[in-house]
Amino acid sequence: MKTGKKLTEQISFMMIRIAAFSVIAFLLFILGYIVKNGISSISLEFISAMPRNEMTEGGIFPAILGTLYLMIGSSLVSIPVGVATAIYLVEYAKNERVVRIIRLGVNNLAGVPSVVFGLFGLSVFVVFFGFGVSIVAGSMTLGILNMPLIIRSTEEALLVVPGSYREASLSLGATRFQTIARIVIPNALPGILTGVMLSMARAAGETAPIMFTAAAFSTPDLPTSVYHEVMALPYHIYVLATAGTHIAQTRPLQYGSAIVLIMLVLVLNAGGMILRAKMRKRR
Amino acid sequence: MRRSDILRMKILSISLKEKIIERGFLLVAMSCLAILFLIMLFLFREGIPLFGKVPVKDFLFGREWYPTSDVARYGILPLITSSIAVTLIASLIAVPLSLAIAVYLSELAHRVTREIVKPVIELIASIPSVVIGFFGMVVVAPFLQKQFNLDTGLNLFNASVMLAFMAIPTIASIAEDAISSVPSSLKESSYALGANRLQTIIHITIPASLSGIWTAILLGISRVIGETMVVLMIAGGSALIPDSLFAPVRPLTSNIAAEMAEAPVGSVHYRALFAIGIVLFIITFVFNLLSTKLSEKYKFKWN
Repeated sequence: MKTGKKLTEQISFMMIRIAAFSVIAFLLFILGYIVKNGISSISLEFISAMPRNEMTEGGIFPAILGTLYLMIGSSLVSIPVGVATAIYLVEYAKNERVVRIIRLGVNNLAGVPSVVFGLFGLSVFVVFFGFGVSIVAGSMTLGILNMPLIIRSTEEALLVVPGSYREASLSLGATRFQTIARIVIPNALPGILTGVMLSMARAAGETAPIMFTAAAFSTPDLPTSVYHEVMALPYHIYVLATAGTHIAQTRPLQYGSAIVLIMLVLVLNAGGMILRAKMRKRR
Repeated sequence: MRRSDILRMKILSISLKEKIIERGFLLVAMSCLAILFLIMLFLFREGIPLFGKVPVKDFLFGREWYPTSDVARYGILPLITSSIAVTLIASLIAVPLSLAIAVYLSELAHRVTREIVKPVIELIASIPSVVIGFFGMVVVAPFLQKQFNLDTGLNLFNASVMLAFMAIPTIASIAEDAISSVPSSLKESSYALGANRLQTIIHITIPASLSGIWTAILLGISRVIGETMVVLMIAGGSALIPDSLFAPVRPLTSNIAAEMAEAPVGSVHYRALFAIGIVLFIITFVFNLLSTKLSEKYKFKWN
């Protein structure tokens, strides 16, 4: 009886181990496969040159630039609003019900599918405000999409700052706002930065929200105004892989673009995670 | 004016300023609610007029989606069933595997292994969906087509598998947090009563972290329902009610993404796509409320 139990335990643990390892191996395989097939396309020219010959040759510079514009633009929307919301929730709010309602709003906003954000951006920014398919419209759409992420990570960062810091500041005669601006935020900065980096990575990788609000298959020139449409890395991969007239011919470009996008996203995420780990250790 | 009066006025003006600042923060904090409201408003504004032309019943239960033919049909039943099929199969694959990873990392793995594998999984969770879709297209699809002798490798099964692998890191990571936050005193009491590790995991650790596990699962499923690029690239795209595991399908999200560019603003087709957006919004909204409710229901009381 006892050995039977022991056996069941060992078999179950073995199965769990095998399941866990095979999944992790497959996920790493996806990454490895893309890197293996695309690494030969990566060169300085690839990331710094304009596309040539109807997108079948040359570099992807405009797509990288467009993605950077969208990352920065969306941050200009999501950071101020997100950080201020988190400050209200953690530092000011006393009314339990107000907090609950705002949290409910944030949670539900986080659950809205990205393609619905795309519809929203299209109807509000592109059509209603008349921005057209543009960097502004795409940035605002992505900025709104990222708000919940910024709010949550900023909240976490603010909560890590010890209450005694605030009390010390208040007891020296500082007002609540002075305390927040000079004591709490500087101390919470690494954590806030984590959210910023994670949200920038997300803005770089999202496709559906920019499909009808910002992205173009190709642009003759680099964008010179925020009202211009832009090329973007994820959209570039999607279009080359599905809609181009030279799908097989541009495969190396697709792999190459995928690597650049993955690298961008992974570096930002890794940076954010390292900062967060440091912050949590301090607690 | 006496000095004390000046001081009093100064204090008054400072506290007034503080009050205004606080109100300002409250106003900004309300913006998430405002945006949520605006999303609903605009979805309804653009989508509801459809129902003047197409009855709600024909829209929801119509079996034909031919938005661009001469006699256009706007029945989304094939799209809804596609979404359900994809979500169901992906969840059946993702949930057990994610829980296996979570249990492995929190209960079985060596501490060092855990500290390496956990961040790797979180990093993998951040891989953009377009990349997963790309992999499904160029690697998994040809493989399936050859192995099972299919007309196309872009189908329900392929999409479900890739969606599952997209959801696994998310579910596993959150579930792992929940499981490893169970206090060791609970487990120790179980061991003291003679239970072995497996019994402790099944009867103590998992029930105690059920609230977090539910949150993880529902969050993962809700991501699967709303995911667009993976299904757009590899689900196959035919607007038919799926009749086999390898049928090409067209979930709601991919339908919006595939057709929005060709639908003129304000046309019936455009309105129909927004109406699909309403359906998606409602589904995910309900899922969110459900997940909040469930995670509260199973919240374990430590004391």
